[in-house]
Amino acid sequence: MRRVVITGMGMISALGNDVSDNWEKLSKGEGGIRPITAVDTTTLKFKNGAEVRDFDPEKHFSTGLDLLDRFAQFALVAAREAVAQSKIEFTEELQCRTAVVTGSSMGGQSTQDAGFVELYRVGKDRMRPMSIPRTMANAGASHISMAYGIRGPVFTISTACSSANHAIGQAFWLVRSGAVDVAITGGSEAPFSYGLLKAWEAMRVISPDTCRPFSRGRQGMILGEGAGMLAIESLEHAQRRGAEILGEIVGFGMSSDAGHITKPSAEGAALAINNALNDARVNPQQVKYINAHGTGTPVNDPMETVAIKLAFGEHAKAIAVSSTKSMHGHALGAAGALEAVATVLSLKHGVIPPTANFLEPDPECDLNVVSNVAKEFAGGYAMSNSFAFGGLNAVLAFRGYEAS
Amino acid sequence: MDNVESKVCEIIAQQKRIPPERVTIDSSFEELGLDSLDAVNILFELEGAFDISIPDEKARQIKSVREMVDGVRSLIAAKESA
Repeated sequence: MRRVVITGMGMISALGNDVSDNWEKLSKGEGGIRPITAVDTTTLKFKNGAEVRDFDPEKHFSTGLDLLDRFAQFALVAAREAVAQSKIEFTEELQCRTAVVTGSSMGGQSTQDAGFVELYRVGKDRMRPMSIPRTMANAGASHISMAYGIRGPVFTISTACSSANHAIGQAFWLVRSGAVDVAITGGSEAPFSYGLLKAWEAMRVISPDTCRPFSRGRQGMILGEGAGMLAIESLEHAQRRGAEILGEIVGFGMSSDAGHITKPSAEGAALAINNALNDARVNPQQVKYINAHGTGTPVNDPMETVAIKLAFGEHAKAIAVSSTKSMHGHALGAAGALEAVATVLSLKHGVIPPTANFLEPDPECDLNVVSNVAKEFAGGYAMSNSFAFGGLNAVLAFRGYEAS
Repeated sequence: MDNVESKVCEIIAQQKRIPPERVTIDSSFEELGLDSLDAVNILFELEGAFDISIPDEKARQIKSVREMVDGVRSLIAAKESA
């Protein structure tokens, strides 16, 4: 089987509008959770979110902006950064041998929300003509495809909070199998519309203050937004063009809880972790870091603790665990993509980004949690977990690049 | 049984699709088989029925019908004195 390497990355989140700004914050444990500005929060029970700041769409898009919901803008901005770093040149031949696989849970829902306000509240009897192409969840993938003339497999996966990990996993397998040579893959999300925030409020899983995964005193998740994109390719393809290699994807595993629509199952999560280890042909003892799903809800974090113990046994205690959602928030369908970038950077720089806002250990989450301060990463394999509403689990395994 | 108590029991019975007589002031959520998703649905119905807003942290502490009825009563009282 072919090895699959990462040669470019892009990221936009509450922590910054490119990879280096994001890493600056991640590696210092500095969060991007602040009062929400996109909507008036007077009638919302929670006031804080992890919004992208200082983002002027006009600066990024001289034309075609009317076709792009915010989630698609993020997808394109991150994809451009990843492609630029990879220095891939899309020749006619390569365009047909490249895939784009993106994840998004909600698509362009803020376009739809705004349109429905006009329709139902303002009383207009029409929607804007671009409502459908802006709202569709595959808009990000399609615009990336058009931007680079990519004509291979292009599609979007929507599995709630696992969307990006499912997408990256499919792209990884497409490259590994030889179906394509190159893929642009990741996820994007822009969930800050009043209608959607109200829907999250009704779920009663959003924290009134901040996000403290695995910590005592955690009160829930904080919504985030943004995009992460990876340019991945076969090792031979990268070597042939002399590309700088940032890291390697080594395994992907999926599972379904087949249980409850919102309550996660440790057995289901552990099965996805085991499937990823088997796919990577990695000995569990070699895993040294897990970028956890770690939403900071009362329910997820103890469940994930049990799942990691089920999958790793005694070795679980030796694995450094952190949730970067404590800094960039829970970006839903983009979450796995932001966390993939964070995980690859942690392997590359030998630094584990911490779980910010950590108060004190919770006996129900007795993992080796990297709290508040980054820690040295001495090497080995890293994994990134995503567990979605609907019971759908997707786990990726990475390592730093070594030639042999 | 006053109005609040009977309405709370009725909403729980409807949500769980169980006979109303099975829900009493002494039932715990565990006995009734209520999970977290049932709970958020019931809270939503209670908020609508009594025109109150139930804070998340308060909702999380409630584990029985009696605690729920007491909680709803105190929120109604707070609303009426406001």
